[in-house]
Amino acid sequence: MTGWSQALSGANGQMTAAPSEAAPDTPTFIGNRGLQLEEKLLFEQDSPGHCGVDLPAPPPHRSRLGGLERQTPIGLPGLSEPQVVRHFTRLSQKNYAIDSGLYPLGSCTMKHNPRLNEKVARLPGFADLHPLQPVSTIQGALELIETLAHWLRTLTGMPAVALSPAAGAHGELCGMMTIRAALTAQGDPRRRILVPESAHGTNPATAAACGYEIDPIPNDPRGRVDLTALKAKLGPAVAALMLTNPNTCGLFENEILEIAASVHEAGAFFYADGANFNAIVGRVRPADLGIDALHLNLHKTFSTPHGGGGPGSGPVALAASLAPHAPLPWIVHGEGGRRLIEHTEGSATQTIGRLKGFHGQMGMFVRALSYMMSHGADGLRQVAEDAVLNANYLRVRLAGALSQSFPGACMHEVLFDDRFLKDTGVATLDFAKALIDEGFHPMTMYFPLVVHGALLIEPTETESKASLDQFADTVNALAARAKTDPASFHAAPRLTPRRRLDETGAARKPLLRWRPEPVRQEAAE
Amino acid sequence: MPTLRFTKDHEWIRQDGDTAVIGITDYAQQQMGDIVYVELPAVGSTVEAGKEAAVVESAKAASEVYAPVSGEVVAVNEAIAGDPAKVNADPMGEGWFLTVKLADPKALDGLMDEAAYQKFVAEQG
Amino acid sequence: MRYLPLTPDDRRQMLAAIGVRSIDDLFADVPEPARRTALLDLPLAQGELQVERALSRMAAKNVAAGSAPFFIGGGAYRHHVPAAVDHLIQRGEFLTSYTPYQPEISQGTLQALFEFQTQVALLTGMDVANASMYDGATSCAEAVAMAHRITRRGKAILSGALHPHYREVCETYAQFSGLRVQALKPTPGTADPIDLDDETACVVVQYPDFFGELRDCSALAERCHQAGALLIVAVTEIVSLGAVKPPGEMGADIVAAEGQALGNALNFGGPYVGLFATREQYVRQMPGRLAGQTVDADGRRGWVLTLSTREQHIRREKATSNICTNSGLCALAFTIHTALLGEAGLTRLSQLNHAAACNLADRLEAVPGVSVVNHSFFNEFTVRLPKPAAPVVAALAEYGVLGGVPLSRFYPDRNDLADLLLVAATETATEDDIGAFAHALGEVLR
Repeated sequence: MTGWSQALSGANGQMTAAPSEAAPDTPTFIGNRGLQLEEKLLFEQDSPGHCGVDLPAPPPHRSRLGGLERQTPIGLPGLSEPQVVRHFTRLSQKNYAIDSGLYPLGSCTMKHNPRLNEKVARLPGFADLHPLQPVSTIQGALELIETLAHWLRTLTGMPAVALSPAAGAHGELCGMMTIRAALTAQGDPRRRILVPESAHGTNPATAAACGYEIDPIPNDPRGRVDLTALKAKLGPAVAALMLTNPNTCGLFENEILEIAASVHEAGAFFYADGANFNAIVGRVRPADLGIDALHLNLHKTFSTPHGGGGPGSGPVALAASLAPHAPLPWIVHGEGGRRLIEHTEGSATQTIGRLKGFHGQMGMFVRALSYMMSHGADGLRQVAEDAVLNANYLRVRLAGALSQSFPGACMHEVLFDDRFLKDTGVATLDFAKALIDEGFHPMTMYFPLVVHGALLIEPTETESKASLDQFADTVNALAARAKTDPASFHAAPRLTPRRRLDETGAARKPLLRWRPEPVRQEAAE
Repeated sequence: MPTLRFTKDHEWIRQDGDTAVIGITDYAQQQMGDIVYVELPAVGSTVEAGKEAAVVESAKAASEVYAPVSGEVVAVNEAIAGDPAKVNADPMGEGWFLTVKLADPKALDGLMDEAAYQKFVAEQG
Repeated sequence: MRYLPLTPDDRRQMLAAIGVRSIDDLFADVPEPARRTALLDLPLAQGELQVERALSRMAAKNVAAGSAPFFIGGGAYRHHVPAAVDHLIQRGEFLTSYTPYQPEISQGTLQALFEFQTQVALLTGMDVANASMYDGATSCAEAVAMAHRITRRGKAILSGALHPHYREVCETYAQFSGLRVQALKPTPGTADPIDLDDETACVVVQYPDFFGELRDCSALAERCHQAGALLIVAVTEIVSLGAVKPPGEMGADIVAAEGQALGNALNFGGPYVGLFATREQYVRQMPGRLAGQTVDADGRRGWVLTLSTREQHIRREKATSNICTNSGLCALAFTIHTALLGEAGLTRLSQLNHAAACNLADRLEAVPGVSVVNHSFFNEFTVRLPKPAAPVVAALAEYGVLGGVPLSRFYPDRNDLADLLLVAATETATEDDIGAFAHALGEVLR
């Protein structure tokens, strides 16, 4: 067996049951606790026939449903608007969010989401626009998309950008598909992708989805890709290297020019995962690093909201050698304005085809462009500098109490491991749960896999110094308490709407939807 | 007297004549944590030494169980498919995974015996 | 700059604490040739007023769907979204929260996802649904990949009446995964001839189909199962399931659908929300996130992400998909809109849609030379015109009517389909709108 050992020590997925020694709260009649309000499922609040939307009765009409009228009820509950508003308001109050506090998730870039972006995205001229309207009625939309593309090309230094991918992983797929298409056009698709051990899981998953085998490259003791190992693995079977820069340890791959040269010399392509672009935006252009394809996460670097897990947008900047293979649709200029190329024709005969329905995540394009225009060239450069400054400030404030994995300066995020918890009986998981009680969302845990019990902290540039100091004070205090009172960590969190949840039970007997209670049979049998 | 051997990947194998039973060790189940799911091979399929024979999952991780030897799968333990917790409770007994008919009856000779395995585990730290 | 809290004084103090002279020292690892001192050639920072003005100017160059009689469908549908939906999804705790990896402080997101999964399962008549995919087209491609994993067979048959974008995305994905895709020729008005063999992993049909037709796929499901293949049903207009028999009751194994029609604006094509539902026995082969019910240390009910070992962050190259992001906020909008509608509301909404389409069909058929191709439809159907449809649509736009999509936009090589026009009418189409369309069409065809 492999693969499990370091990810799990102390993180058994078991609940810690220490209820009786927890805070002896006075129970309340229905389980509410002050502003923490319990809320049942929608399906448990059904008023049959009730509706939160007033709709007119349909006019008489002859049904043309071809005899396929629904015969069985759907099973949806009926609620009024006040009930629905209260339901989702109460649900929202159980969530931590960027608007609530520091969200130091490494490689997620949890920066402030400007509300101007929400306003402009909702302009009817953008929001109430159908993707299949005649092209004369959507010229403003095409202009916006091209403007965004111009900003992205300038920021990356790359000549082309594919805008349709719906998220980062989708962008990775796009990038890898164009690479495979380019190599196939040369008559040699090759077999293998090199991926650092520290890479995000989407990288190998994407490579596999493209029909490639994966060869992992180890890190060197400085936390960067081992250049010697990389060079040894390059050869005629390698299609590409997938690299994240700055990498998932928060470090800039300072040998990147040599890496790029070696990759190109071997006839392979250099793909970069742009998840950490926030560290270098406006200061470094990926094209100047020898990169051939780079996906960006508009929901990370460019502030489009995370929305509880999505939607995202993952445009891919492409070198000239890959641009002909960009997915459909393309925007081109003709007489009479801009138009869309939606088929493999004209200049788009070598496209990989379509990766998504319609044109791309327009709602996120508007938000991202609003963000870029608000910051400008000067503001975006300041974003990278403040992001790196904030991370290094936390590094020095925490370096005494925590164990930094790779010594020296970091970029926009700093990596610690669980050596500082050695012999305390407190695992990274427990430390994170205690941090929750202190009112902070934990940092990224157990990623990257190259160190034991990883803690990856990315504050972003939208945190004030005071906010960082509060966080550092708390983390340092917890680190000290781990040595004297480990039991308090195992019981955490105690102050949240729910305490630790039984993930083992959830996986052993998955319950993935509500079902009505079976109706008791009358004793008429 | 059945021969018991161990691999560096923390599988155990117990030979009795020309068949052998395979499972994961106590160290392995401790490292995995609560096991939530197991994926067993089909009876009648073949396994290759060093290649994946089964998969075991906890809530937070998935791990391959490698076949210590090559052979034909003659039985799998349906009980652990229905109740994966058995693997945690009794990894060397009721938590067995599969039985193979050995391609090479001498295949176990190259594997660690119990004493060597315990030493190996102690060195893991 | 309004979004950057650090002051010059803060920066000075922090640099001193770190022990470096300037911020450039922290970028020392950037190789010399890649260092830039000059700003990039882009405009400088602007205030809200300027940004709003610039973007409003761009928006004004578009014709908003609501400003004209509007009859375009083709996989995205204009419905009225109650005001409460947009207010609720903009609550900061929903808008600015992340994936619920720390369940103790994400019960809001997790409970909402559990409710979403339940709604999708109920609407489609299936056992389980996931917490959403990017959109209907990628959901369909993932369903095909899942059928391949389950059956271990190498061929997918796509109905000719499947949305062309869904077909194209399946073809792109298959090109790289090695799966063979057999896309049948589109034949509006006639059912596909589907030949199954022992290489067939799945058959993909759409319901209502791309041309609007409703067909019972129970017999096809039976044939698929006898041949050892799976039936995948794609649904692009989810509101239709309020009025018609759901795919789960016809033997579908996977439903891959687009959820945009509930809760989500047209947004020029995205972000949308892919729905994915299947049978209990295939749960562990599903891509995407799943919210599951459990209890906490005090025995109270709560929710967590579960069966995560299928996903990329654990399985890496052996994951069921590379997907990481779902369409969280769009799924939430869907959940809220569906909660407001409930059983009675969704039923009535679907009846209103069908009634509007019936009315439109009658009015258009009264225009000389125009005939409806469909035997049946929900809120969208295909009409045959006496001349090519693309110039007609452009002319209608001049009249201020957004009158459907010409099929030639999707099938540029099919001259035999050039006279066909795909039109949709939802509850937002008024009697006047329908009248205006019929009148304008009469004028244009004269």
